[in-house]
Amino acid sequence: MKQKERCKIIRQERIGTDIYSLWLQTGAIAQAAQPGQFVMLYGTDRSRLLPRPISICQTDGAALRLVYRVAGEGTREFSYLELGHELEVLGPLGNGFPIQEAKGKQVLLLGGGIGIPPMLETAAALGNQATAVLGYRNELFLKEEFEAFCPVSVATEDGSSGVKGNVLDAVREGNLSADMLFACGPLPMLRAVKAYAQEMQIPCWISMEERMACGIGACLGCVCDSTQEDAHLHVHRKRVCKDGPVFLSTEVKL
Amino acid sequence: MISDICMGVELAGVTFKNPVMVASGTFGSGEEYGEYVDLNRLGAVVTKGVANVPWSGNPTPRIAETCGGMLNAIGLQNPGVEVLCQRDLPFLKQYDTRVIVNVCGRTKEDYCQVVERLAGEAVDMLEINVSCPNVKEGGIAFGQDARALEEITRAVKKYAAQPIILKLSPNVANIGEMARAAEAGGADAISLINTLTGMKIDIHKRAFALANKTGGLSGPAVKPVAVRMVYEASHACTLPVIGMGGIQNAEDAIEFLLAGASAVSVGTANFHNPCVTEEIIKGIEDYLKQYEIQDIQSLIGAVES
Ligand SMILES: Cc1cc2nc3c(=O)[nH]c(=O)nc-3n(C[C@H](O)[C@H](O)[C@H](O)COP(=O)(O)OP(=O)(O)OC[C@H]3O[C@@H](n4cnc5c(N)ncnc54)[C@H](O)[C@@H]3O)c2cc1C
Ligand SMILES: Cc1cc2nc3c(=O)[nH]c(=O)nc-3n(C[C@H](O)[C@H](O)[C@H](O)COP(=O)(O)O)c2cc1C
Ligand code: FES
Repeated sequence: MKQKERCKIIRQERIGTDIYSLWLQTGAIAQAAQPGQFVMLYGTDRSRLLPRPISICQTDGAALRLVYRVAGEGTREFSYLELGHELEVLGPLGNGFPIQEAKGKQVLLLGGGIGIPPMLETAAALGNQATAVLGYRNELFLKEEFEAFCPVSVATEDGSSGVKGNVLDAVREGNLSADMLFACGPLPMLRAVKAYAQEMQIPCWISMEERMACGIGACLGCVCDSTQEDAHLHVHRKRVCKDGPVFLSTEVKL
Repeated sequence: MISDICMGVELAGVTFKNPVMVASGTFGSGEEYGEYVDLNRLGAVVTKGVANVPWSGNPTPRIAETCGGMLNAIGLQNPGVEVLCQRDLPFLKQYDTRVIVNVCGRTKEDYCQVVERLAGEAVDMLEINVSCPNVKEGGIAFGQDARALEEITRAVKKYAAQPIILKLSPNVANIGEMARAAEAGGADAISLINTLTGMKIDIHKRAFALANKTGGLSGPAVKPVAVRMVYEASHACTLPVIGMGGIQNAEDAIEFLLAGASAVSVGTANFHNPCVTEEIIKGIEDYLKQYEIQDIQSLIGAVES
């Protein structure tokens, strides 16, 4: 039977304003993890019952790296955890990016804000097949680490680094082309990327976010709208936690 | 020390290997949690509410966390009874556990149609959900008026091949009256509580946390209300009661048994720990051993007054 794993914290550091990088020692999770999958993290404050979904950012043997932004009390609790403390983790969950399908193809990895972390493990898996385009408000994080795997372009909202604007501005300005797009970021970005992929006629996979309770496909809390009737649910919806979080952009309505 | 403890309970002629079930809608069809829990260990699997045709449910966000609980407004999304019969029931049949199907509808005819369709299927009991606060028509309209509740119970009972459980809403002034109405209509058992209608507002966005505005509150925050209602309902009628609402561990489950429940359902706690039901069963066994109680049935309603 699968179960939650108690994972020791090996390292935790602040890598930006409110952004933390957390390394956990796992038994099976890190080894089974695929780029684009996520885990559920369980806090110890019992007034907060629901686990927090966080994407897999990197793996190294039995170690798992998560990079998260403090968005509220749950993630704030994680940011206080110190070396040697334990955290309960369930996963890996969800489907992840289609690395097999990308074999021999050039892929643009588009990450916006806190959608950047899952792209790092994806870049590691694709290596020189990938070009990463990272969109920030102003403060950069993880950029050097992407550079270890693939070429990187940067866009910032205020123009303080790279191209002024968003990831698509950087794609257009750099004349970047590819056979496939993988994207993760805020909804407005995903909408723009989906439209861009349609215009360029490139297959595009996007990673979605939704409020979750179970994380394993049972509660139907995390659904998104789909263009076709889902084969399991028999309605025009898909579960982000189980059928996603990565979807072909034409499968879902944004 | 006693060696042989008896965990079995009986409701309306149906025997259960132990009193621990899962609450409808929190456990899917059982298949998803089957990777985390040995379904053979459970007293029963209670499936997500199912209607005569597929329902696509409410828009998102459907979930909001609250202090010690959560709000949900799934809106009874389900693939329809035909899919349940062809896919989910054969899956559950592989396990040595009881199967209770939760039934929802918009009209009396909807409920009767589902119940009739399930007549020949491998289902041990039917749980009639007249208490979902998240759908506009039907559902709770039947569950908040004693006369309407009695009427729908009677109507469904005519078509039901299996014993029926009426799932009661806590969003009523007098739970005893509702329990008696279910009994008068011919119900074989009652279950409670469904969720309490609640609301959450995001003060930064100045918007409702749920797309549906209101949602059903569940989890430990509702437990004292649920225990009180189980106590009142079990004293107001002679039907066996399935108690639920905020059960997180064996202690909580035992509290419900003492209040008068013959069995319990575990819902929201599955989200915090997917293996929690097995732990609760083990915890109840330990409690029986600790107090040298041979038969769990002697705990039912055994709170001293
Ligand atoms: C598949 C997936 C992967 C994610 N990966 C990352 C990641 O790698 N790094 C990162 O920083 N964040 C990630 N998020 C977002 C992260 O889950 C939320 O920021 C986090 O749950 C906020 O919890 P909180 O208690 O700090 O905030 P609160 O706002 O207090 O949380 C209240 C409730 O809302 C939920 N919630 C709040 N914001 C979100 C959100 N954006 N998405 C889903 N649920 C939310 C919480 O889980 C909790 O149940 C991911 C979300 C999903 C769905
Ligand atoms: C996400 C979710 C979905 C639910 N769906 C149903 C349902 O389909 N039918 C039903 O009768 N009750 C449904 N319920 C109510 C539960 O079965 C249960 O009555 C309630 O949550 C209280 O128990 P708990 O605090 O242990 O969760 C749902 C509850 C939740 C949290
Ligand atoms: S979070 Fe429960 S189905 Fe996705």
